[in-house]
Amino acid sequence: MTHVGLRLTFGLMASVLAGAVGPAFAQAPQVQPPSPEPSAEVQQVREELAQLRAEFDRLRQAYDDRLAALERRLAQLGGGPSVLPPPDPTVPDELDVPVAIEQRLPPSSSQVFNPDTSVIGNFVTTAGQNPFSDGSSLSLEEVEVAFQAIVDPYSRADFYIAAGPEGVEVEEGYLTLTALPARMLLKVGKLRAQFGKMNTLHTHRVPGVDRPLVSNNLLGGQEGLSDAGLSLSHLVLNPVVFLELTGEVFAGHSSVFQSSDRSKLNYLGRVRAYRDLTEATNIDLGASFTFGPTTLDGGTERAHESEEAEAEARGALGLNKQLFGIDATLRYRPLRGALYRRLNLATELVWSRQDLPEGGQTTAFGFYGLGEYQFARRWYVGGRIDRSARPFDGAAVDTGGAVFLTFWPSEFSQLRGQYRRINFHESRSANEFLFQLNFSIGAHGAHLF
Amino acid sequence: MTRTNDLANRLPASVAALLVGASLVTATPALAQTRVVTTTEDLASLAREVGGDKVQVFAIAKGYQDPHFVDAKPSFMLAINRADLLIVIGRELELGWLPPLISSARNAKVQAGAAGYLDTSLNVDILEIPAGRITRAMGDVHPQGNPHYWLDPANGRLMARAVRDKLTQLSPGDGAYFQQRYADFDRRLAEAEGRWDVTMAPYRGTKVVTYHRSWPNFMERFGLDVMGYVEPKPGIPPSPAHTIALIGEMRSQGVKLIIVEPYFSKRTPESIANQVGGLVLELAPSVGGEDSVTDYIKLFDFIISQLAAALKQVTGR
Repeated sequence: MTHVGLRLTFGLMASVLAGAVGPAFAQAPQVQPPSPEPSAEVQQVREELAQLRAEFDRLRQAYDDRLAALERRLAQLGGGPSVLPPPDPTVPDELDVPVAIEQRLPPSSSQVFNPDTSVIGNFVTTAGQNPFSDGSSLSLEEVEVAFQAIVDPYSRADFYIAAGPEGVEVEEGYLTLTALPARMLLKVGKLRAQFGKMNTLHTHRVPGVDRPLVSNNLLGGQEGLSDAGLSLSHLVLNPVVFLELTGEVFAGHSSVFQSSDRSKLNYLGRVRAYRDLTEATNIDLGASFTFGPTTLDGGTERAHESEEAEAEARGALGLNKQLFGIDATLRYRPLRGALYRRLNLATELVWSRQDLPEGGQTTAFGFYGLGEYQFARRWYVGGRIDRSARPFDGAAVDTGGAVFLTFWPSEFSQLRGQYRRINFHESRSANEFLFQLNFSIGAHGAHLF
Repeated sequence: MTRTNDLANRLPASVAALLVGASLVTATPALAQTRVVTTTEDLASLAREVGGDKVQVFAIAKGYQDPHFVDAKPSFMLAINRADLLIVIGRELELGWLPPLISSARNAKVQAGAAGYLDTSLNVDILEIPAGRITRAMGDVHPQGNPHYWLDPANGRLMARAVRDKLTQLSPGDGAYFQQRYADFDRRLAEAEGRWDVTMAPYRGTKVVTYHRSWPNFMERFGLDVMGYVEPKPGIPPSPAHTIALIGEMRSQGVKLIIVEPYFSKRTPESIANQVGGLVLELAPSVGGEDSVTDYIKLFDFIISQLAAALKQVTGR
């Protein structure tokens, strides 16, 4: 493998050098013998000058014609006959182009290549009681700064830097290769894994103030399955559905998978099928599977001398984890009333299987069901039901639900109130009211689907 | 654990084999026609006018749909994946939904800047380019100018010309065919402009109100004066204070006609019209907005006939 890689590297280098050197040789200046007939050069220059003069005269005549046509039109608009004559066929087509020539100039040549930049703030207040959470009542949960731009004809780059109470991190930062053959799309960098729907959403895009219980218990919560890696997806053309296959590989440094050995990676596979049922209704189905190493063993309450030593020791145990999920989304949005009506129904079911340090495995299952309905241009109402076991104890099941009301003053700000109830396995409950203010400044980002 | 590691070793190869296999199985033969995807039906109509039977055209946004707010459906991604040419309105009209479709379409031919990408706004007359400092306090403003420029036939002619040139670039052998079709469209458009000017001549200088800033090119071309908007600012729904102020201004200036695009609620415009003794006219600004509006010239035929009838009713002329 190593020899093959070296040969490939040297081969590529040789190809690049050959490509770079070849043209240089081809373009090397050649020594020209003195011209035996200097008058021929003078004659050539004269001919070129005459051609330029003729071209100039032609352009000047064309512009004169154009100006005359515009003056005639202005005269008519100012009180002449209201019926305009058809365009003068003697005026060449090209002359209509300079009308807006100044509009083709970029607004600022020094700024034009800067990436699109936006900043999104997510402010959350929480009231009520939760026996297992002592989160702040007022919190700027997250500030997300996004930089997005086309890199070159073959790729674009997207960076999302998230800052919150726990610090600053690159939430996502990746290059997308958009010009690959065979309907391939490759992303390289740090990515949110394509596991279901909820995991792919940034916090401010989540329907509701918080994520479902299954996301928190089995999929790493707000940070989620997000790691450095590669994502390769392929469109499978067929007459029935939009079908996308995705394969991903990650380093294994997320809140779900942890690798203590660079040869042990986190792999993911996903199949997504989408179909328009009508022009207003569509269905989106997916199945995801991911597996990899983990150093978590559920024993976080145990005292230990060193976290690193503990993690290393657990890594030596070679614990593995697998997650399987299916998701379904049904959307309704009438095109004529798209500004005022919309219904989204979504569900995700997740199964987890985790090795235990003492041997054997534990399994857990969780799901959520979510509905959101837009009943006016700026108003949405939604609800969610939750149920999820905990990854190290499939019998420890938390249940709950939430209802929320969202108001959009404009496309760039959003107010949301939510009531949330959680019934913990320990026979204790949380009853909380949450209020969220989302706002964005900067470039108008595209809406996700 | 052993079982999982075996699976870990096999899966990457399996996924790669699956992807490559699927590529081979799903490869489709090239079609003789140039496959054109447009973001709106207006562009699709111009592409059909010029391309004739040499093109196969698909429009993403329907004429009765607000082109600012289109869902970036995967089915559109598939259409762009198969396209030889993508034609866009530009000026950030499609900014909220087109970029992810293009970048996920896996089609290098139609990426922005590639040969198969055409932004028709680059050669036309653009109005309402904001000057000075631009902020969101101005609403959902388009920093590069108003993107509803297709509603001036002169711009339609320039757009068709750009389509002709692009199709000729992609299919040089059909250049004469595209030129002939463009010339025919140009002739028919010029004839129609004569008709439209005659119809609209009595109403030059008449003041109207529109819901959104969709009509500046049309109004300038046909000499109507937009006194105000139902939206207080672009993209901001009408507020009571703005509505009251608009009613007062319409009364003082004697403005009786409110033009509303089919995708906006008519509740507030009808309330305003009742207050001023005026009329609400629902008018689609795009091809396909009504069943009878099947091409670019019919779009103006429809708009002008509807508008003239409404103006006659409110002005008595």
